[in-house]
Amino acid sequence: MFSFKRVVADLKVFGKASIRSKEGFFFTLVFPIILILLFGAIFSGGSSGPTTVYVQNLDNGPISAAFISALNGTTAITLVQAPANQNFTQYLSSHSSTDGIVIPANFSYDYEHSQSVNVTVYGNPASTTSAVVYGITSEIVNSFNLRGASATIGVAQQVAVSSSYKYIDFLVPGLIGFAALTSPMFALVNVSSSYKRDKIFKQLSLTPLTETEWLVSKVFWYVSMTAISFVLMSLTGIYLFGAHIVFSWGVGLFIVIGPFMFVSLGMLVGTATNSPESAAVVGNLVTFPMMFLSGTFFPVSSMPIYLQNVARVLPLYYMIEGLTNVMIYDNYYPALLDFLVLAVITAVIFVMAVRLFKWRED
Amino acid sequence: MSAIEVEGLKKSYGQLRAVDGISFSVKVGEVFSLLGPNGAGKTTTIEILEGLRDKNEGKVTVLQMDPWSKGYELHKRIGVIPQGFKFLDYPTPREAISYYATLFGVKVDPDEMLRRVILEEAANTYFLHLSGGQKQKLGMALSLVNDPELVFLDEPTTGLDPQARRAVWEVIRKLKGEGRSVMLTTHYLEEAEELADKVAIMDHGKIVASGTTSEIVASHGSGQRMTVKAGEPLHEYLVKSTKLEVGYDGREEVTIRLRDKDDALTALRAIEESGCEWGDLAVRRDSLEDVFLRLVGPGVAGEEEAS
Ligand SMILES: Nc1ncnc2c1ncn2[C@@H]1O[C@H](COP(=O)(O)OP(=O)(O)OP(=O)(O)O)[C@@H](O)[C@H]1O
Ligand SMILES: [Mg+2]
Repeated sequence: MFSFKRVVADLKVFGKASIRSKEGFFFTLVFPIILILLFGAIFSGGSSGPTTVYVQNLDNGPISAAFISALNGTTAITLVQAPANQNFTQYLSSHSSTDGIVIPANFSYDYEHSQSVNVTVYGNPASTTSAVVYGITSEIVNSFNLRGASATIGVAQQVAVSSSYKYIDFLVPGLIGFAALTSPMFALVNVSSSYKRDKIFKQLSLTPLTETEWLVSKVFWYVSMTAISFVLMSLTGIYLFGAHIVFSWGVGLFIVIGPFMFVSLGMLVGTATNSPESAAVVGNLVTFPMMFLSGTFFPVSSMPIYLQNVARVLPLYYMIEGLTNVMIYDNYYPALLDFLVLAVITAVIFVMAVRLFKWRED
Repeated sequence: MSAIEVEGLKKSYGQLRAVDGISFSVKVGEVFSLLGPNGAGKTTTIEILEGLRDKNEGKVTVLQMDPWSKGYELHKRIGVIPQGFKFLDYPTPREAISYYATLFGVKVDPDEMLRRVILEEAANTYFLHLSGGQKQKLGMALSLVNDPELVFLDEPTTGLDPQARRAVWEVIRKLKGEGRSVMLTTHYLEEAEELADKVAIMDHGKIVASGTTSEIVASHGSGQRMTVKAGEPLHEYLVKSTKLEVGYDGREEVTIRLRDKDDALTALRAIEESGCEWGDLAVRRDSLEDVFLRLVGPGVAGEEEAS
């Protein structure tokens, strides 16, 4: 009964229509990129202002003090002294930073006695600030080596495994969720209500195409669009803003279930209302709170508690939380839980949409 | 054999009886035309036959099937142009035809289909940008993609220019020539006279006349009429001095119904005797339109022309 050939035929027509109607194309693929550029540029800080660098001095001698004051003399970094008795890696991550310098014990003694000694620079290879910190440190080390009897100070590099994340890291999954919500939702609300008004569903019901085939074709289209969006946004995030993204199959789960859910939800809104106008109003009422409160633009954890509670009843929250879990934390178990929540919500919405969605009237 | 059998069909919307107990049948290979003023129930009837709406009462068989419960099967064998045909905005007519061909699992040559309805020049224009008549023509082409045995055309020529209308007539004649059955609704009575083997006139959900055009004219028409250009005095004179059935349009035309030859002679004599001014005498037969207007009332028909 179910024919894949018919789904493909419908997909072809619908896909062409989506590309030909320029607004649809813009909102599906271009708009999310603009958002990522905009929010990325506003909140990533970029090169503006000095970088905060944490220094842990394990030496008590005069040379290390001179070294630190030399570092302090540069304008590109702001130094913060870290206590000597703490695990430096943990200290960095608790301060949401990957940039740090450790001066080892006996630094002054070794320098004065021409024994080789290393300053360790902690950094994230992908981050531009880390390169700056490394460059500055190397320069100062060079000047000390020239002043000294022989070149005894070296620079060791240490990758700071950042459990601290940047805004852009949250922005990428947030905006992928945004794309998975808005374009299927707005399109389906509009399509289903205007097809109903123009009797196009009636027209289609006179062909062998079934309601389910029609719906599946829409799901295919928006899953593909979301996948393309995902690639474009991830690349923009990584190359322009140095986002950390873990690419794994778990992402696929959410890129399928998200658009599936919102195609069904859009369909439900479009069929449950009487006119394209009221469909648009109801559609906006459903979409806008989700758009802003589900962690699209800012992590939910940065919102007040009462809003966090609101977020937890919004389906998009689970999509973005799930994506964040796989894309940033590489954290499967909670992501799977998010996926299950989504699967249940989607099933309910889908069944309701299909029930209400009738091509003929009685 | 019948392509369509309808018996005691009823359909109500709340208090409104949109279709109120109609019966008719359409033979295979026949062109059947349903006429009636706006709101008579034509579209409701047709959509019940197409399996797009359920009925309340009565018995309906289309190609030996119950259209509501066997709709999916039926749709493969019928072609439909709904009233005010609309389609998706972005496919071009050529793409739309290919789309339908794939959905129906048939092979058709889109250009051949387009030629058939004279739409070649707009083959690559988005549906959105087609003119009203071109849209209607695409509807016609799409209804034929699956090579249907029975075609439902709900006002297929409304809004078409005379040339396009004749093209559609040509298509309908061809369909009949190929042995297909056609059910047609129209507001153009000459269209029904031109194409239909059988006609049914509907009003307020009921069939008020049916049969071939000449049968309807014979049984509901007034036979022949004599019209004379003259004023109120002649009308009064004829009413007073003869037993003729006389009408006056209030301006300049007096109409006399001619039941037989004697009526004609009496009328001529009386006109001569009246001494009134008169001219432009003519004798004519009722057309389907005259019968239609008489059956459904001129008021309603007047509104219809205005709309
Ligand atoms: N879905 C509906 N809900 C309520 N009333 C309806 C519905 N469909 C039709 N009607 C009513 O049923 C009556 C018959 O409508 P129908 O569309 O069958 O008329 P029609 O003969 O096709 O008229 P037209 O020549 O204007 O197309 C009308 O009074 C119409 O308002
Ligand atoms: Mg109608």
